Amino acid sequence: MTAALSPTLTTATAGRVLRQLRHDHRTVAMLLVLPSALLGLLYLVWSDVPVAPGQPSTFDRVGLTMLGIFPFVVMFLVTSIAMLRERTSGTLERLLTTPLSRPDLLLGYGAAFGLAAAVQALVTVTVATTLYDLDVAGPLALVVLIAVVDAVLGVALGLLASAFARSEFQAVQFMPVVVLPQFFLCGLLVPREQLPGWLQAVSDVLPLTYAVEALQEVGASTEATGTMWVDVGVVAGAALLALGLAAATLRRRTN
Amino acid sequence: MDAAVTVTDLVVHRGARRVLHEVGCTVPPGRVTGLLGPSGSGKSTLMRAIVGVQQVRSGTVTVLGRPAGSAELRSRVGYVTQAPSVYADLTVRENARYFAALYGRGATEADAAIADVGLADAAGQLVQDLSGGQRGRASLACALVGEPELLVLDEPTVGLDPVLRVELWDRFHALAAAGTTLIVSSHVMDEAARCDRLLLLREGRLLSDSTPAELRSHTGSDDLEAAFLTLVRENEEVGASGQGREHRSEERARSGAPRGSEQVSRA
Repeated sequence: MTAALSPTLTTATAGRVLRQLRHDHRTVAMLLVLPSALLGLLYLVWSDVPVAPGQPSTFDRVGLTMLGIFPFVVMFLVTSIAMLRERTSGTLERLLTTPLSRPDLLLGYGAAFGLAAAVQALVTVTVATTLYDLDVAGPLALVVLIAVVDAVLGVALGLLASAFARSEFQAVQFMPVVVLPQFFLCGLLVPREQLPGWLQAVSDVLPLTYAVEALQEVGASTEATGTMWVDVGVVAGAALLALGLAAATLRRRTN
Repeated sequence: MDAAVTVTDLVVHRGARRVLHEVGCTVPPGRVTGLLGPSGSGKSTLMRAIVGVQQVRSGTVTVLGRPAGSAELRSRVGYVTQAPSVYADLTVRENARYFAALYGRGATEADAAIADVGLADAAGQLVQDLSGGQRGRASLACALVGEPELLVLDEPTVGLDPVLRVELWDRFHALAAAGTTLIVSSHVMDEAARCDRLLLLREGRLLSDSTPAELRSHTGSDDLEAAFLTLVRENEEVGASGQGREHRSEERARSGAPRGSEQVSRA
């Protein structure tokens, strides 16, 4: 049984999560600076590699994809640890005795970290296009939008994964389990058409595949394409599904 | 007047272990009911069942006329866990305001609750920078802020200095006088005397449901610690002789003193 959603309580929870974040200056600094710094390293990795005429540089292709993968990975980790802390500190049990509904709690987390991801994406996209000359054909606002949707997907999967983790050690190890297979199969390392057939099928049901495709669409077309919107819809749908599953794993009564 | 809480034949298992054995009791409204017993006796489990977060094997718990854990009760019941369950990385004020918002209250109520637990001077401090006792009070403030009709407090005075302990007990009685029902657990017997009603729990069984005065007269002891000891021995002897625990055992001469005294010293 799930209580009705309350925008007031969702907002209060998102505000509380952001206030927790604000007190943790180092985490804020890392959230804002780390993706840009890592992207800079990638830029340098390919800086001396000659580019075939008429081809996009490897950095343009990989760097753009990374703008979607960073927020996904970072928010997955941050959220699964944050939720585990709610469980172990007893605050989760306490929240479940208050009028706050489980969807309110999870959406509050999604909203807070989604907002943090938006700021992160603004910084990263700005740095990438000015300092590293990242070439994006489409509007940068769409890149930020996709990054935020990816972050919300990371939040949702992080909330879900934390239900299966009994300790921080376990929670951290869910990161490679959830992230790396999606990264390997998303088409960045090997074009999806060249994957073995059954791996292509697996890749078809992994949400990060669609996130990467959406970014590639923005990178190649000056305007938003239908494919891109479908991709964004798929990622958002996967995030909602994961949030729903996470709500189902939050038990009010425990042993 | 109807009982605020009625527990009937409550059985709770944790894993393979039975931690509550057919416990039945009532909690009168507008009073401070003490839940006393050594650590591991099932106090926290009973409280969790009352606030509706404990999986229950059988039996019923009725709170303010509703089944425990009903959605409608969540704004009427406040719960403070044994370990302070507040956000360590927020200030006292931020914690109180968040819980105030959850109960539909505002900043004024949050500040009042902080003042009520004597933390007004520390309101701007992060909870992680507070002492253990202060954290416990911050946790209490986050329950008071909702002005609940039933307040369930799991060992709220652990680690507090005697002056603060007295102040908190005065506050509990002031809340009760204003109509709030309180259930307060403790493993310190000298707090029993401050309760209007006493539930004594040991090894998952209810030893006694009475008032401090009744307990004293029943056991013929002025000291509640000694009274508890007497009750435990009565119970031990019944258990040791293989009889049903319903049998009162005042007439039994055989003493289980060594085992009994060792276990009560944990209390």
